[in-house]
Amino acid sequence: MPEQVQPSQQTAGALSTLEARFPGAVQPAEYEGLVIAPDRLVEVATCLRDELGYTYLSCVTGVDYPAPTARFPARLEAVYHLFRATGGPLTLHVHAERDGLGVPSLAGVWPAANVHERETWDMLGIRFEGHPDLRRILLWEGFAGHPLRKDWHEPYYEADHKPFASRYPKGHPLRAEERTPLSCNLQYPPDWSPEGWESGAEVPVYARMDEYAAGDWRSMRTTDQIVINLGPQHPSTHGILRLVARLDGETIQQLEPVLGYLHRCHEKIGERNTWLGNVPYTDRLDYVCSMSNNFGYATAVEKLLGVEVPERAEYIRVIMAELTRVMNHLVAIGFFTNDIGVYLTAMLYALQERELIVDLFEMASGSRMMCNYFRFGGVARDLPEGFLPLAKELVYERIPRRVDELERFLVDNEVFRARTIGVGVLPPAKAIAYGCTGPLLRASGVPYDVRRVEPYSIYDTFDWDVVVRYNGDVYDRFMVRFEEMRQSLRVLRQALERLPDGPILAGKKQADVKVPAGEVYGRVESPKGELGFYLVSNGGTNPYRYRIRTPSFANLGVLGELCRGHLVADVVAILASIDVTLGEVDR
Amino acid sequence: MPWERLYNWSRKRSLWPLFSGLACCAIEMICAAAARFDQARFGMDIVRPSPRQADLMIVSGTVTKKMAPQIVRLYNQMAEPKYVIAMGACAISGGPFKEGYNVVSGVDQLIPVDVYVPGCPPRPEALYNAFLALHARWDRETIRGLRWYQKGADEGIPEPALGPDLVDWRLADKIAQKRSE
Amino acid sequence: MVGWGILKSLSVTLGRFVMTYVDDLKWFFKGGFGKRYSPAALAVRQSPKGRGIFTVQYPKERLPLPENYRTFPFQVLDPQTGKTRCTACGTCARVCPPQCIWIVRATNPKTGRPAREPAEFHVDVSICMSCGLCAEFCPADALKMDHAYEITADQRDGAFLWGLERLAKPLAYHAEIHPTDYAAEQAARERKGARKKK
Repeated sequence: MPEQVQPSQQTAGALSTLEARFPGAVQPAEYEGLVIAPDRLVEVATCLRDELGYTYLSCVTGVDYPAPTARFPARLEAVYHLFRATGGPLTLHVHAERDGLGVPSLAGVWPAANVHERETWDMLGIRFEGHPDLRRILLWEGFAGHPLRKDWHEPYYEADHKPFASRYPKGHPLRAEERTPLSCNLQYPPDWSPEGWESGAEVPVYARMDEYAAGDWRSMRTTDQIVINLGPQHPSTHGILRLVARLDGETIQQLEPVLGYLHRCHEKIGERNTWLGNVPYTDRLDYVCSMSNNFGYATAVEKLLGVEVPERAEYIRVIMAELTRVMNHLVAIGFFTNDIGVYLTAMLYALQERELIVDLFEMASGSRMMCNYFRFGGVARDLPEGFLPLAKELVYERIPRRVDELERFLVDNEVFRARTIGVGVLPPAKAIAYGCTGPLLRASGVPYDVRRVEPYSIYDTFDWDVVVRYNGDVYDRFMVRFEEMRQSLRVLRQALERLPDGPILAGKKQADVKVPAGEVYGRVESPKGELGFYLVSNGGTNPYRYRIRTPSFANLGVLGELCRGHLVADVVAILASIDVTLGEVDR
Repeated sequence: MPWERLYNWSRKRSLWPLFSGLACCAIEMICAAAARFDQARFGMDIVRPSPRQADLMIVSGTVTKKMAPQIVRLYNQMAEPKYVIAMGACAISGGPFKEGYNVVSGVDQLIPVDVYVPGCPPRPEALYNAFLALHARWDRETIRGLRWYQKGADEGIPEPALGPDLVDWRLADKIAQKRSE
Repeated sequence: MVGWGILKSLSVTLGRFVMTYVDDLKWFFKGGFGKRYSPAALAVRQSPKGRGIFTVQYPKERLPLPENYRTFPFQVLDPQTGKTRCTACGTCARVCPPQCIWIVRATNPKTGRPAREPAEFHVDVSICMSCGLCAEFCPADALKMDHAYEITADQRDGAFLWGLERLAKPLAYHAEIHPTDYAAEQAARERKGARKKK
């Protein structure tokens, strides 16, 4: 029986205002936030957005409670995380029924809710009434079941939680393929037969494209519009992303991303893993920036654990995070130039610097990319002997010179400017409404950086600036990245100078971590935007709900809007400027 | 035979990979193509996005069920001689994501694989080791024994479809049998 | 002037192009053609001070791996007992995130009670994600992370499920690839031995 959790000051303030305006519709939630009655949800949301200043919807997700909890009955719960200009989240919970009563869609209040609500429908089966296009986003139309429900088991299901008893002490190796009736990772409903059956998975994708056909015809000529696919396999280096575009000549009339080609079931696997076992899996989310993902997860779990990280570990974490930021921006610029046609030149220059930074990661953590370096309460191992001299040389001499060289290479280049200035302009109000974060948001004039608005770790002790530009086009997004690299180098110089001695882990090394019951939304500023982890714990050794709010997934929601009216070649530039990594988008 | 040696030598020196990076291993594959581990030394710097022009498909990353039809289609579209390297744990067996409901447990469930490289992700040098292993295999092959020069043209692998789960048409009989049980 | 920006870009590329040859000549003047491919030259070329070609000519040149590098686990073979140090406690099997370690604990043939050694120990390397948690939490210093990465196979069956014979490597190998770790281990063992004597 959990004691009455004291709501945070922010939640208490919102609660009192809302209770006065909408009596009977609002009550405090079990651990964090407010429970809103479904029939008043849209009004409450509009009030929060317009009067209380919660203009930024970060994440919409759901949690399955098949059994009653301490204060509420069994339900499917939709959870929303809202933010204001500064401060932590306001969490809203709305109760829905399994295969019954749904929840009103908030896509009309915050367009950011669009992609998140589709995912919640896909994974949990919460129906959002009034959503413009409620269909599956990560899986395909026709898939049997909603995977994140607690009673839905995957074909290779062994047990609810790891560690599995079959591994020790009588662990005779048995491949998963040998355990299943079909010898592979497939299961079908018992009444289904492949005979005479045809796949209908592609029909809704293209049906969407025809909806707008009626209004967009040009009156002067009767030319046909054509629907094409860009991807999922394409020369761009961003991963397997499919864009379905309706073109009039070369101009995009409508563009829809089709996601899910790299959906690796992080959230379901995360519920089976132990708390510590999830750390290597977070490496594989945004696989270019593994240290930032570790950072986000460790920050969120440490909030639940209530553990304080020693100073040396904090400095090491900031050093790793900022090195990751420099590396990511270099790679983003390199991949962008590769995609728009410079082919390998600038990409090789950027990757060369990445290799030197990755050498540092390899020295400290043991792997170039999948670092698995952060632990709850600190970092896994201390910095080895050669790390500091090499890091100092990189940060003081090599990288600033190379960043200047790369800037000289690109910034005044007429072709680069022609391809990027004025392309894909994102107005600031739209950026906030669509839940964009990171360089995408800051290039549109909104100085929102999680390290400044909700400081975590020791970022508030360093002297650095939030980089903002005001035109919101592709050129500005890249200028923001160049400047952010310089700011990161500034933080790195300070951190490397002030690095103290001391322990690197709070307490002893622990394999089986038990996290007290509760829920938390912990977020960090990853190089691509706001990376948030919504974790629900029921006091055990495994997470009850493990939700990852990734910046690339949210930022892709605005891609269709940005590309309208541009040429096909501009789509590549715009996608590269949003800087997505598919591991993060699809999880 | 001298013509076989010439055939194998010329194949070894200009193997063109298909740009088929799926996930994290794709970044290591890109690093293998980049300056530090330059694959142009092996004649492999012509990375073709079009399968019609590629010889080698490096399946680097997790193969998901949603992507499975596309992988098979790409493989079918490649012209012989064609080879497949399964790079990384996910391509060999589904890797750490094996238990996922959207993950195919190994790309060899869909297409034939020539070399497997374990690692998560394998270093670029490990990928080069795989190329060298592929080259070594060719030294042992004869033209008469090659799969695509045998009688009976290769029809191509039937493309799986997306249904209640991924539908692999080669398993249709097995599914019917299990239903009747 | 229109085109000035493009000329600036080209000057960057030209500068790098020229630098590769200048750097090569520098090494040539130091000692002939072979000098450029020596390990000393590789170390300079791969450091932040490197200015010329950045390429590592694998398989003729190999980058040295740092001590912490992790590919797959291996069992340390104790030279005195001739067996691995593993006590079959099951910690690695429990902590492994994708659960790719399978252990059968041995039973003492005389007493029938569980013995402190494994009868069978398998690691499925085709699932292993090289996270190193198994080696990090092994209480007996038995499981360590290897550096060997040149592993390929052309059949999946039987190639990647490694048993104790394949996993066991001598203590000298562990000392060679993990010098600092090994030194710390030995120091800890000596301290423990000294305490026991008292």
